Amino acid sequence: MNFGFSDEQDTIRETLARMLGDHATLEVAHDRLDSGEGFDTATWSALAKGGWLGLAMSEAEGGSGMGAVELAVLAEEIGRSLAAVPFLSVLGLAVPAIQSAGSEDQRKSLLPSLAEGRTIIATALAEDGGLAPHTVAAKVVQDRLSGQKSPVTFGAEATHALVAAKDEDGTPRLYLADLSASGVTKRALDPIDRTRPATEITFDNTPVELLPGSDPAAIQRLLNGAAVLAAFEQIGLAERVLALTTAYAGERRAFGRQIGSFQAVKHRLADMFAKIELARSNAFFGAWALASGDSRLSEAAAVARLTALDAVQFTTEESIQLHGGIGFTWAADPHLFLRRGWQLKAELGPADMWRERLLDNLADAQRAAS
Amino acid sequence: MDFSDSPDEAAFRAKAREWLEANATLRDGSEKAQDHFMARDADEVARARDWQARKADAGWAGLTWPSAFGGRDATPIEQVIWNQEEGRYAVPPNAFLIGIGLVGPTVMIHGTDDQKASVLPRALTGEDIWCQLFSEPAAGSDLAGIRTRARRDGDDWVISGQKVWTSGAHYSSHGILLARTDTQVPKHKGMTMFLVDMSDPAIETRSIRQISGSASFNEVFIDDLRVPDSARLGGESDGWKVALTTLMNERFSISVGRASGGARAEELIALAARVERNGRPAIEDGEVRAQLADFIARQRGLEFTSYRVMTSLSRGEAPGEEGSIGKLLLGKLRQEMGAFGMELAGSGAGISAATGDDVARWRNEYLTAPGNRIAGGSDEIQRTIIGERILGLPPEIRVDKDVAFSEL
Ligand SMILES: Cc1cc2nc3c(=O)[nH]c(=O)nc-3n(C[C@H](O)[C@H](O)[C@H](O)COP(=O)(O)OP(=O)(O)OC[C@H]3O[C@@H](n4cnc5c(N)ncnc54)[C@H](O)[C@@H]3O)c2cc1C
Repeated sequence: MNFGFSDEQDTIRETLARMLGDHATLEVAHDRLDSGEGFDTATWSALAKGGWLGLAMSEAEGGSGMGAVELAVLAEEIGRSLAAVPFLSVLGLAVPAIQSAGSEDQRKSLLPSLAEGRTIIATALAEDGGLAPHTVAAKVVQDRLSGQKSPVTFGAEATHALVAAKDEDGTPRLYLADLSASGVTKRALDPIDRTRPATEITFDNTPVELLPGSDPAAIQRLLNGAAVLAAFEQIGLAERVLALTTAYAGERRAFGRQIGSFQAVKHRLADMFAKIELARSNAFFGAWALASGDSRLSEAAAVARLTALDAVQFTTEESIQLHGGIGFTWAADPHLFLRRGWQLKAELGPADMWRERLLDNLADAQRAAS
Repeated sequence: MDFSDSPDEAAFRAKAREWLEANATLRDGSEKAQDHFMARDADEVARARDWQARKADAGWAGLTWPSAFGGRDATPIEQVIWNQEEGRYAVPPNAFLIGIGLVGPTVMIHGTDDQKASVLPRALTGEDIWCQLFSEPAAGSDLAGIRTRARRDGDDWVISGQKVWTSGAHYSSHGILLARTDTQVPKHKGMTMFLVDMSDPAIETRSIRQISGSASFNEVFIDDLRVPDSARLGGESDGWKVALTTLMNERFSISVGRASGGARAEELIALAARVERNGRPAIEDGEVRAQLADFIARQRGLEFTSYRVMTSLSRGEAPGEEGSIGKLLLGKLRQEMGAFGMELAGSGAGISAATGDDVARWRNEYLTAPGNRIAGGSDEIQRTIIGERILGLPPEIRVDKDVAFSEL
């Protein structure tokens, strides 16, 4: 057992952190929130140029042949930087979906351009925020899709969408839609994090392509993988907000002392730390299960997601609190993290869905064992 | 103990209801989300003023104030009854909480007869709007660390410094201002309170945007503001004592004013009946039900806590540290309800619903509530007050208490 990153993975992290530090600063995040400008194309092209978008693709696919653990490192650094890029939809969902369920043709035609950042695939799995299989109402008949998907993050900027819809037998499958095709209508939504624009997309008899390997079990596996990567993104975010709050507690003085010297403040920061570490341990288990194809991935994904959601909400809310009046201002940093945290929550289904998945999964495992 | 109205109280309630029925419309849950206690812009202020003037005309403003100052000599319990009844109606946000809830009681205790006469009636009718110029960039929780200076100059005082987080300063006509008048004594001893005119050109106000996007508080720059000695509230160097009266009333107003007025948890129940969760009405979902019941229980507890405080007041006791309980629990409750409402309204955590009415409303609640946990003494400070002044625990070790301010 080895519950940590390797030296090479740490080197990757440092390189990434430097690159993201050049492009996706908190000033940039503030500017984007003010202007409501979504997609950070500069950071995305830098990621493409650096070869990061092809991280988990084989060389034949146009990538550098690394795995899920390296992808987790990327997720964490993106979370930490608050970069406004479609990491989760493209690298967390679309690429693995095409790799695992796409046809030979689809892999060949899409993966290289995804690695180069030319193709951007938004994920259109949810309907009205719901991700559970019973919420899928969109339907494909004779390769034509009709239905409504929301929220679709980066739906306005994407070239394609990965859509969950029922096939003619009523089974949920995954389809690829070219968003410039006929019958596509987009409507901008009003997300809590304007740097992560969300769209409602309506498909009306839109031509789509099935990912042939996408049976319901494959969809569940994909969601699990995405939840693990999202947990890393959440952990990166939470660690950054903890770091800046800890720094503030060391600078800000009241009653002749640094506020961090008050146990009320110190203990709160310690609680933040403990929650993040708990999530990190679960996320490590998830990254390993994802990389090794272990059968416990479902369980790992759910616990990683649940603890990461808790860590993010607690650290971001309490960061505002520990900053006092300044933390309540638009110009201060904490609310950037709070907003992004909620958006990451919205994108992969609510906590209660993951609680159900976890318990169902454990019940199944128990039945199988007895 | 009796949780139902006495015959007198019932008659008072009936009268209040009758007046409200004729002058306002009942809330139906569709009102625009409001900041917790402050008007935000000129339009809201105008509506608030109009409402306040009508109340004052009919004798419903400043209920517990003496009639000599325009009040009604009502009992604190009658105030509770009024708050309950008014809370059922869609009335404008309050622009007078500081004037009526904080400044009025402070002036009644510490003011001269002239100050009482000039401040109190105009605060009640809403002609004057007051703001509280206490906090500074380097002095919030540690309010006694303020640096704004007031220097004697003949019969006048000249005040310079910077205040921050001043709610409503941008539309206030007057301010209650705490300044340092003596730096050679320990920090709590060298302060004096003043009543200032916000329209003086020596005062500049710049609004600050909050995380919710609205701007209800401000930075206030004071550059050689000259005021006569008659603007001093309380004795020279008695500023801390005066400030404590204001702060006590602030905690009290925040907890009592809100807890009895709001119907928020009920609004969440109504929302849960309208939206779906896991394919059926959310109100049928076990997790949702548990959460709603918990909110209602806490909200009721806060409401009844405020009645207990009112009861002690009716017995002639000053508002005590109990205000800290409501103040401590209210902010967190609002924050949790905001989060829950956001999730509920957006089905699951889908917070970016297309038709954003419910989502926007609860998002605004969620992004406003954190201010409630900070303003008027943060959660952490309330806990210290409860620990030290109610439970009698030994005080925090203070390194700065007995040192002259100039040596800090
Ligand atoms: C919405 C809003 C409206 C406001 N309106 C007004 C107004 O109208 N007029 C006015 O004068 N002020 C106003 N304030 C200011 C408010 O009173 C201060 O923000 C508050 O007292 C905290 O002070 P601070 O911001 O300096 O934070 P700090 O005092 O720097 O506190 C930072 C953090 O440290 C913690 N902390 C500080 N000291 C201790 C301690 N001893 N033990 C444990 N923890 C501690 C605090 O709880 C907080 O979490 C308002 C604030 C807000 C948010």
